[in-house]
Amino acid sequence: MIEVRNVSKTFYVPHKVKALVDVSTEIAAGEVVVVIGPSGSGKSTFLRCLNHLETADAGGHILIEGIDILDPKTNINKVRAEVGMVFQSFNLFPHKSVLENITLAQTVVRKRPKEEAHAKAMSLLEKVGITDKADAFPDNLSGGQQQRVAIARALAMDPKVMLFDEPTSALDPEMIGEVLDVMKTLAQEGMTMVCVTHEMGFAREVAERVIFMDEGAIVEVGTPEHFFTNPDHDRTKLFLSQIL
Amino acid sequence: MKTTANTRRSMPPWKYNLWVGVFFLILFSVVLLVYIATIRIEYTWGWYKVPSTFFNRETIEISSDIDGKVVQVTRKNAEAVITIKNETESKSYTVPAEDVRVNENDLIYYGDTLATYSEWRAGIMLQGLWITLKCSIFAIIFGIIIGVIGGIARISDNPALKWSAISYVELIRGSPLLVQIFIWYFVLGTMVNQILTSYGMAEIPSLWYGVASLACFTGAYVTEIVRAGIQSIHRGQTEAARSLGMSYGQCMRYVILPQAMRRILPPLAGQFISLIKDSSLLGIIAVRELLKASREVVTTQLNPFEMYFTAAALYLVITFALSMFVQYLERKTATS
Repeated sequence: MIEVRNVSKTFYVPHKVKALVDVSTEIAAGEVVVVIGPSGSGKSTFLRCLNHLETADAGGHILIEGIDILDPKTNINKVRAEVGMVFQSFNLFPHKSVLENITLAQTVVRKRPKEEAHAKAMSLLEKVGITDKADAFPDNLSGGQQQRVAIARALAMDPKVMLFDEPTSALDPEMIGEVLDVMKTLAQEGMTMVCVTHEMGFAREVAERVIFMDEGAIVEVGTPEHFFTNPDHDRTKLFLSQIL
Repeated sequence: MKTTANTRRSMPPWKYNLWVGVFFLILFSVVLLVYIATIRIEYTWGWYKVPSTFFNRETIEISSDIDGKVVQVTRKNAEAVITIKNETESKSYTVPAEDVRVNENDLIYYGDTLATYSEWRAGIMLQGLWITLKCSIFAIIFGIIIGVIGGIARISDNPALKWSAISYVELIRGSPLLVQIFIWYFVLGTMVNQILTSYGMAEIPSLWYGVASLACFTGAYVTEIVRAGIQSIHRGQTEAARSLGMSYGQCMRYVILPQAMRRILPPLAGQFISLIKDSSLLGIIAVRELLKASREVVTTQLNPFEMYFTAAALYLVITFALSMFVQYLERKTATS
């Protein structure tokens, strides 16, 4: 499904930083992978490289369903349409209603007829549990509701994989649960998911594999049981001792 | 429209009304002072001459092209047909019936007046007003086009586009508009018109050089306004749109520009109000806009006070109308 081979990412502004150092991994279809690590470890950069929001350094390869998105000849818009992304700060379109947020890309990118996009949006709003807010504007929703709309917006494109970039970090504690519930449902339905999160409970419960990153490199990969109970590396142990 | 008081008034009503009274007193005093001053210098007010500079009735004479005798005058509704005949030819004139000057059997010589009529004609001030509006509208349209393209180029990663936009903005903003108008007309205009003439083509009237200079000038400011508007939209909006598979163009069109537009409108209105006022400089390159028209009237009628007050009032009307229109747009594009 996703194949990452020798990917590095260097930022030159404001000063030269290697955010990713020779990262290689594979994510199978239907797999739920949770990426954790201390802040500045490159986990968000890794995720953002997967749909080319950050351009990884030349030399590496990121294959989404066999298409190398680092190849300049690849039409990145086509690939992105298959890769849903949920952001920490929701990034809903404030000038459009909830419904329009979900139908916009369907009609513009997927060229679906209005009625079809509308029906799809309504069924997704039902799935995330906010049908009554279809005509509201994002600013009038709570953080949890906004994030659920954002998930519905990404799902509306029928993506083959969903990327979650710290989806609950900007939420008030009482709203984290509702977003995680939606994500759990998605995982149970067999969606391929890559989640960067600090929710260890979610990682333990839902993840099939945990990737631990530090200083731009993958330090340790394993099942949640292995990772949380018996990690191999000292760096992982230290991290776990700090957060648990 | 719903109005809400955004400040609480702490003054008691009698005090508040007192100060309202003071305001009108100041206003009245200023007008009075100006009036007294004009009396002091024995200025003769001639407001009655002003309307004729907007509309006037012109008498048009219809005269005969041939010598001969009027053989027939037939009136039908508001028109009259006068037929003149001599040995060799015969000619009929259809004229308005209001003032026919000849009767049947009259002898007519070449150039004699057969009939007159009068019609309303736009005066020089109305023509000037129209030129001002025309210049402003064209300059605004081109200014928006230049500004949107410039603004997008300004935030581009491509140095060729970005640096072109920066150079353009700095160049235009760094020199006075009057100098730019001169360059457009006396430098570029001379070159273009001479080249056109050498190919046997007609020269471009000075009006269009004026429009070009204003559009170019405004475009630089609009570029900065558009840039600021686009950059004020959080980058997460672009990322969200692009992550859904939208192209750069789609993202701009559906997500960024509609949001930026709302923030751009108020500074844009200010810019266009400036533009309308700046169009008064075009008189210097022989574009007969409102102020130039006023100046021409003043040279013949010798009533500068009235004409310049009139011109100022007309500019105020135009700019105020634009300001109202933009406020209407702002309300219309308001979200939620």
